[in-house]
Amino acid sequence: MQKFSTLKSIPAYLPIVNIDTDMIIPKQFLKTIKRTGLGKNLFFEMRYDDKGKEINEFILNKTPFNKSKILIAGKNFGCGSSREHAPWALLDFGITCVISSSFADIFHNNCFKNGILPIILNDDKIKELSEYANRKEEIFVDLNEEKVIYGNNEVIFKVDPFKKKCLLEGLDDIALSLNKSKKIENFEKDLKSQKPWIFND
Amino acid sequence: MPNTLYDKIWNDHLVDQQADGTALLFVDRHLVHEVTSPQAFEGLRNSNRKVRHPKLTLAVADHNVPTTDRSKGISDKESKIQVDTLEANCKEFGIKLFGMGDKRQGIVHIIGPEQGFTQPGTVIVCGDSHTATHGAFGSLAFGIGTSEVEHVLATQTLVQKKAKNFRINVEGKLPLGVTSKDVILQIIGKIGTAGGTGCVIEYAGDLIRSLSVEQRMTICNMTIEGGARAGLIAPDEKIFKYLEGKPMSPKGKNWENALGYWRNLKSDDGAKFDKEVNLKAEEILPMITWGTSPQDVITIDGKIPNPQNEKNEDKKNSLERALNYMGLKPNMAAKDIKIDKVFIGSCTNGRIEDLREAAKILKDKKIASHVHAMVVPGSGLVKEQAEQEGLDKIFVNSGFEWREPGCSMCLAMNADKLKPEERCASTSNRNFEGRQGRGGRTHLVSPGMAAAAAISGSLDDVRKYQN
Repeated sequence: MQKFSTLKSIPAYLPIVNIDTDMIIPKQFLKTIKRTGLGKNLFFEMRYDDKGKEINEFILNKTPFNKSKILIAGKNFGCGSSREHAPWALLDFGITCVISSSFADIFHNNCFKNGILPIILNDDKIKELSEYANRKEEIFVDLNEEKVIYGNNEVIFKVDPFKKKCLLEGLDDIALSLNKSKKIENFEKDLKSQKPWIFND
Repeated sequence: MPNTLYDKIWNDHLVDQQADGTALLFVDRHLVHEVTSPQAFEGLRNSNRKVRHPKLTLAVADHNVPTTDRSKGISDKESKIQVDTLEANCKEFGIKLFGMGDKRQGIVHIIGPEQGFTQPGTVIVCGDSHTATHGAFGSLAFGIGTSEVEHVLATQTLVQKKAKNFRINVEGKLPLGVTSKDVILQIIGKIGTAGGTGCVIEYAGDLIRSLSVEQRMTICNMTIEGGARAGLIAPDEKIFKYLEGKPMSPKGKNWENALGYWRNLKSDDGAKFDKEVNLKAEEILPMITWGTSPQDVITIDGKIPNPQNEKNEDKKNSLERALNYMGLKPNMAAKDIKIDKVFIGSCTNGRIEDLREAAKILKDKKIASHVHAMVVPGSGLVKEQAEQEGLDKIFVNSGFEWREPGCSMCLAMNADKLKPEERCASTSNRNFEGRQGRGGRTHLVSPGMAAAAAISGSLDDVRKYQN
């Protein structure tokens, strides 16, 4: 997994609440058997018209936001379907940080598996940061310090320590869990004796 | 210390607890489908890893499969590749698969219970958000992403943090014509689509206990629409009776031992819940969704909300956006909403009891001439059962199409979809923009309400058709 430490970018602001994963990447693009190549279809229905032409007014079609690495959006971002194609599409587009006042659980988890940092800030801070998007000014995200720095201001955010470590070091959490093989084996041994029906033995 | 049902299942599956609160949880049952698994299997291959417990894993193709004649296979190239890939992966890694020609094939959350693969007190996961369905059996069941699917395949565990305990109590009796679909729509309307974020919801109260196993599944299924990853209900004799003799249920001495364990699966008296909500069943009416979020609910007697009455600017904008997408005017009566299509099916309402409920309304009636309506049974076994009961004939005689099982127009990945601006009364679970096809407009309803809408040609009150 790609590491995440710091990030500087003009943020793109999408002031819509409850952006669901169907909106982030519609179903017709879930037929892929790969993780890559989804960036061009990110926010497909808002981004292209019926003929497949870019809709100029849509924020990610405008310069400089078509190069934004940070997306600021309304609350409950990523609700709905569990599709990991949503963070894959963001990543492939170049967005590696999403800022919102809340995230849906599964999407939030999926971000951390893909080197994307979801940041939760209160609505007032979101409004302040969105001004930087409106003025096309850069903001700076520092994961190690758990800070967003904008102009002469900064705001602290919180991130789960284990997830932070995985993101900073780009760790493969399957390998980490397999390091606990002995514990898994012991658990399985107990399970076999206490609840043998689980294994249908 | 008294524990909740969620606490108990959690504690029983702890492989490792880190000091920072991160835990490694054992997964008893893993369901796999074609859309969210190919990249996970590829990951295993790239790292030379195996599936740790193929026997605890069950696969089926459901999202992409055609619901019309299957004798010629799948015509859509990409869908075919995905379904073929699932088959090849299951073969390579030794996982049991119900293929497209198998009568046990169906929607992943319908076949799990049907086969007895779903069991009380287990941790069940699947790369699908509606995995919450299985919570109806008193299991901790939730949807995961593809990276997590790979993690479970490789380790039979999952890295998790404990969620909060949220209990929703529904007491009393439902009025005639009101179903568990209306109960869950009402709940989502009340708590909002983010109301359950970070929580596991336990549904309790005498109304919940009075529900059948399948009705409970409808409630747990849509828990994710309220933002909670898992919803569960303490298992009881109805659940045990349902599971007895199912192909993958425990047998003989295992069954007796399992029963002993299952009977203790309930929240202790005095267990602490972080959040609690109470509803009275008598006050619940037949519901519809009018907007583009499952929280946008009104009763069938209700009116479309007016954004002008909303003071909060963000909420006002979001109401206007939804009305605009749905092509509706403020203050319009729900019953004046004319529909083009009706879809009965999905993991929310594609089971035999759902089909019976709709058929009861449709018997000896014809659907409106401008309406195109279809029934997609949740599985091959549901289809077979319905045909034995003659339900297929009731549907076909009324003007419905009788299809092959799958997810179908719930998410419109296959050929079944709405055209732009087409309006559908649907028994599925999501009314998001574009969910049933680009520009398509979805109104979520119960199976009986879908049948009533098909007959009237507009959203209508199922109580009108109750005998």
